[in-house]
Amino acid sequence: MKILRVATAVAALWVSFGTAVQAQTTLRIGLAEDPDILDPSIARTYVGRHVFAAFCEKLFDMDEKLNIVPQLALSYETSADGKEVTIKLRPGVKFHDGELLDAEAAKYSFDRHLTLQASFRRPELAAVDHVDVVDPLTIKLVLKNPYSPLIAQLTDRSGMMMSPKAAKAAGDKFGLNPVCAGPYKFVERVQQDRIVFEKFQDYWDKDNIHIDRIIYLPIVDSTVRLANLKSGGVDLMERVLPTDIKSVDSDPKLEMSRALELGYQGITINIANDKTKGPLSQSEKVRQALDLSIDREALNQVVFNGEFTAGNQWVNPKHPYYQKTFPIRARDVEKAKALLKESGVKLPVVVDLLLPKGPEPEAVAQVVQSMAAEAGFDIKIRVTEFATSFKQAQAGEFQAFLIPWSGRIDPDANAYVFLHTGSPQNDGGYSNPEADKLMEDARLITDQAQRKAIYEKLTRIVFNDEPLIYLYHRTILIAHSKKLEGYKQMPDGLMRVKGLTLK
Amino acid sequence: MLSFLAKRLLQLIPTLFFVSILIFSLQHLLPGDPALVMAGEERDPAVIAQIRQQYRLDQPLPIQYVYWIKGVLSGDFGESLRIKVPVLDLILQKLPVTMQVASMAIVIAFLIGIPAGIVSAVKKGTVWDYAANLFALWGISTPNFWLGILLIFLFSIELGWLPASGYVRPSENFRASIASTIMPAFVLGNAIAGILMRHTRSAMLQVLESDYVRTARAKGLSERSVIFKHAMRNALTPIVTLGALELGTLLSGAVLTEQIFSIPGFGKLIVDAVFNRDYAVVQGVVLVTATIYILLNLIADIAYILINPRLRA
Repeated sequence: MKILRVATAVAALWVSFGTAVQAQTTLRIGLAEDPDILDPSIARTYVGRHVFAAFCEKLFDMDEKLNIVPQLALSYETSADGKEVTIKLRPGVKFHDGELLDAEAAKYSFDRHLTLQASFRRPELAAVDHVDVVDPLTIKLVLKNPYSPLIAQLTDRSGMMMSPKAAKAAGDKFGLNPVCAGPYKFVERVQQDRIVFEKFQDYWDKDNIHIDRIIYLPIVDSTVRLANLKSGGVDLMERVLPTDIKSVDSDPKLEMSRALELGYQGITINIANDKTKGPLSQSEKVRQALDLSIDREALNQVVFNGEFTAGNQWVNPKHPYYQKTFPIRARDVEKAKALLKESGVKLPVVVDLLLPKGPEPEAVAQVVQSMAAEAGFDIKIRVTEFATSFKQAQAGEFQAFLIPWSGRIDPDANAYVFLHTGSPQNDGGYSNPEADKLMEDARLITDQAQRKAIYEKLTRIVFNDEPLIYLYHRTILIAHSKKLEGYKQMPDGLMRVKGLTLK
Repeated sequence: MLSFLAKRLLQLIPTLFFVSILIFSLQHLLPGDPALVMAGEERDPAVIAQIRQQYRLDQPLPIQYVYWIKGVLSGDFGESLRIKVPVLDLILQKLPVTMQVASMAIVIAFLIGIPAGIVSAVKKGTVWDYAANLFALWGISTPNFWLGILLIFLFSIELGWLPASGYVRPSENFRASIASTIMPAFVLGNAIAGILMRHTRSAMLQVLESDYVRTARAKGLSERSVIFKHAMRNALTPIVTLGALELGTLLSGAVLTEQIFSIPGFGKLIVDAVFNRDYAVVQGVVLVTATIYILLNLIADIAYILINPRLRA
């Protein structure tokens, strides 16, 4: 009888243990790289932004239509002169250590972004002079000059709030044990292996959180990442290769989610730093000829099975700031040849095309090479490893450089740093005072119609000068198990975990 | 024996000093700029200058070396530029993982390679010999990444027996740990098994034709006793060296295999560090690897003495 009782107790314990285990839901997410440090002030990688989405909320976020919507803030107001932005904070928000997110904490987060020695947020918040606390739930950003892209910056890491208590204690090691205000809190990280989070019980919108744990697993090889998804090792994965779409579609257990990226892929032309003084840097006609020799839609079909979107501007054709008056020019080899003849260059025009190593840029370069050859260009493809290509680009050791930009929500962040005189990413040294003035003006105005009119003028100049040949916009390809419900892909490419359920 | 050991250990110092200079200078010859890589997509000049200053990248190379070696001598290998974790912590975190996979691989290699080599030598010219040779050739010539992906498709996707990738610590769950490492260990072991088989075969053939084996046979000893007690012991000496060297190679990180199976070991650590120009991590890992390699060679020498009594004098 005693044995029977013990056995029943053990069985009951076993069953209850079993149910407890079953009730715990864990979402496993496959990442394409191992993120860098998880500190909003010093993080810099794209892959890291996926992880932040789970645990570190921002003052603002974006919706599918690229509207800026409140997250940890409730609203904002810009003063008439554009030099003050007042932000109302959401009441009752707690950090993972139980501290309250109030105006003092928000001010501390901004001050940290602006003053921490290693901060990467300083250039993004360069327009902010200082932050004032107005009342316990209101802050005021006082700007050095009007800066309309500011609120868009606050939809990314610059708008992330950190617990002052934890951040003060940890200093620049805060990212090893980050404490933010988000749906999940940090549990542990094993470098290059996993990053684990668990549901935060005091999250301000906890009714929308249905999964208990989230584990991020960096799996570098895309084939292996997909194999993990197929075998159930992960439930959600980023960066599916366009060539693997068929394999995902044919699997009844899997589903694809897509969104058009905010960034672009293009060829930067070295105009002012070209030490060899090649024909591309000497005449815009030669650059226009190169542009006209490329069939963007054919490129998309050949390399990406038509999955991506042909492009010709710094924003994609669905972006509110896309200039419809400047559609993609059709390929015109005859006109390209005529332009080359007009400019009097010796044929074939030899071009040194630098690109970082990788199947995508290499395939694109080869297609461009063969298209341009028909118009009279001899493109010499020079593939280098990523870090080296960056260094060479900055030193001006190239004539053309095929390089992607991951993109931001505001058009300023896709144009200014690449096209304005002396900007850090203006590797080709492009300089046009008229274009500079337009980009500066666009920063001062918040009205969308007025800004768009300014960017239209800029587009006209860039179309003529051709400092950058925009080629296409990627489709963000995310695959997940059908057991995961409620997944929606946002144009910034990030995988958001709020509202998801796992069956 | 003791003086031999002391001499060998003393030799470690100049060797490691030379290695440290080599790693440091060769790495700085790599094109690319760590500050530029770290500055991310934005590449802001103020940020770049600040990184250079913070990590002393703006100082002359010999001064950077002195700072580094001073740290190393006091047990501080520096800090990863990318993730701000002390390099020593990273090494201590990754080394056991790689050691687990490497030792499993070596055991698999020995279990397959040595018996196959012995069978092939003893049954020379028969179908067993050809089969063993074919197996060795397959092991040596199959690319790791291909075999790895093939195994993932078979055992993870089709049969669903093993996890496709990832790593579980033995302390967490021993069975899951073996399940997560058996495929990468087999991929690595399979390649080494082929090499071991070929070496065992030739060593055995040489020994089997020697006079003392003929004498043993003439004395009427059983074939089993001739092979296992007399021939194998002598033939094993070069195999031990080979095993030690292969283990050294595995411990320095099986780069491709670790990438495929997402095993967070030395290989993955160093590849990421090289691509991100994370100098401190590369230096630390290479220095530790060199030390392990040298120590393994020393252990092989000691094993020689234990196996072959003639060397004990």
